Amino acid sequence: MTATPNKHNLPYEIIPAGTSRARISSIGARSFLLEAPGDFDLAAQRRIWALTQTLKGWADLAEIIPGMTNLLAIFKEMPEDPDEVVGRLLSAWDSSQSIDLVGKTIEIPVHYGGEFATDLAALCDLSGLAGREVVRIHHQATYRVFALGSAPGFGYLHGLDPRLYMPRKTVPSLKMAKGCVTIGGMQTGVAMLTGPNGWNSIGFAELQMFDPLSPTPAMMAPGDSVRFVPERIEL
Amino acid sequence: MIEIIETGPFNTVQDLGRPGYRDIGVSSSGAMDPLAVRIGNSLVGNDEGLAVLEIQTFPIRLRFDQRTVFAVSGTDGSPLLDGVELLSWCAYSAEAGQVLELRQPRKLARAYVCVAGGLDVPSVMGSRSTSLRGGFGGHAGRPLEKGDRIAIGEGADMLSVPASGLAAVEPTAALADFVPQSDDGALLIRALPAGEHGLFAEDGMAFWGQTWRISSRSDRTGYRLSGDPIMPMESVEMRSHGVVPGVIQVPPGGEPIVQMSDANTAGGYPKIAGVIECDLWRLGQARIGSRIRFVRSTHAEARAVEQAVAQYVEDVRATSQMVKRALKAMA
Repeated sequence: MTATPNKHNLPYEIIPAGTSRARISSIGARSFLLEAPGDFDLAAQRRIWALTQTLKGWADLAEIIPGMTNLLAIFKEMPEDPDEVVGRLLSAWDSSQSIDLVGKTIEIPVHYGGEFATDLAALCDLSGLAGREVVRIHHQATYRVFALGSAPGFGYLHGLDPRLYMPRKTVPSLKMAKGCVTIGGMQTGVAMLTGPNGWNSIGFAELQMFDPLSPTPAMMAPGDSVRFVPERIEL
Repeated sequence: MIEIIETGPFNTVQDLGRPGYRDIGVSSSGAMDPLAVRIGNSLVGNDEGLAVLEIQTFPIRLRFDQRTVFAVSGTDGSPLLDGVELLSWCAYSAEAGQVLELRQPRKLARAYVCVAGGLDVPSVMGSRSTSLRGGFGGHAGRPLEKGDRIAIGEGADMLSVPASGLAAVEPTAALADFVPQSDDGALLIRALPAGEHGLFAEDGMAFWGQTWRISSRSDRTGYRLSGDPIMPMESVEMRSHGVVPGVIQVPPGGEPIVQMSDANTAGGYPKIAGVIECDLWRLGQARIGSRIRFVRSTHAEARAVEQAVAQYVEDVRATSQMVKRALKAMA
């Protein structure tokens, strides 16, 4: 969220001294959310990646969940002094240098259009672009995996051309198929589960991207690059 | 083996969950009442985290096809073994062929069938819990069906339990001093303010002050609450971030959602509060249609409750082991 200075006494709330202070809040008594100040961009995410590396060295953490320019740190035990934890997280953030993760490049073959592209027409209406243009703009970009979450193996991809931004639906599609190539706001991704989904589908990918029985269940990892390769275009 | 003779939908194999994979989008899952799993397992001589059956739709009937030490925990109802009423929160021995039946509990939502040796389903990503969304873990990644046969773990401590059973004081009684009680029957659940609490007027008074009803659109993923909608004073642009069970989010409609065991790993709705972990088992036992109020807690109180719960679990474990050792010595 935007770095809103809070007028109320939030727990452990740090009032930003400048625009560069991170904001820390808690969920329950052992999970702490650090939100980077500033824009939703690669620079902020690189510092989140750096912070993730630093925190991997903390013995008292159970889980580190990088999000979109934010990070949730779950401690093994309820800390005795939450203020001490907030202080430690803030100083770790302040000393985090931007790093660039060297990831792999994943090519995802896509069938653009067709029966699964339930929202392509609406995107054309919204953007004023022809279907062919939407497909070209979508597949020509290179995307970065910022973080994984929401569904097993689902990667939040950054790098969508602003011409293709499309708000999430207020009423989700009840049964969107696993494999749908979707746009949600300024992000794009591939649906990992069949089910309710508020994102907009423009195509379909068959690539298996999550296997719970594999030692590395998720194909994507933060820092990876993703390219969508048109396998078929059906407009 | 356990054979499922009859079951409602949505009954699953669960343990204490699959934490550690939220960073790749995998929910922790696990029992809605983890305390009942820990106590039930202790009563039958298991490590506290072995896999059990979580029953949330009744009745269920199952047959043991070998001699099995078992306990039914979580529930306030009386299980039936071959039609004979037993106590819940009590370990018994069933003979091969005996049928266990669980009926709708009087007030609570969920019962757990714990067996000595645990349920022997494959461990997936470090847990035997069923991931209903992901379709993996537990028994074939899905809810139980009639005819399912589930193996029981080897190495079960087959020490006999006393013929009259071996009971534990149930948590609501054992922890009575640490559980807030209301005058009107509403369940009081303690929570701490979360990140966007300050966006709600008068310190979130409308949230803390009203009695919410758990709506019918509630399940293991989350409880949707019905009541007077609460709206933030300003709308905020949220970026997706990690969440944990207990987070109380306020979607645009203003009726809060409490994420539960199958919680999504990420969220973007404003968060008004987070339930303290030691009250999640109590919330996990709240039924659809029941009324709850949130009580503003403190970090210090959360720690005190956690210590009380840990002490209770340890007492049950130690006592159960002591009784079994004594029986062995007498045998």
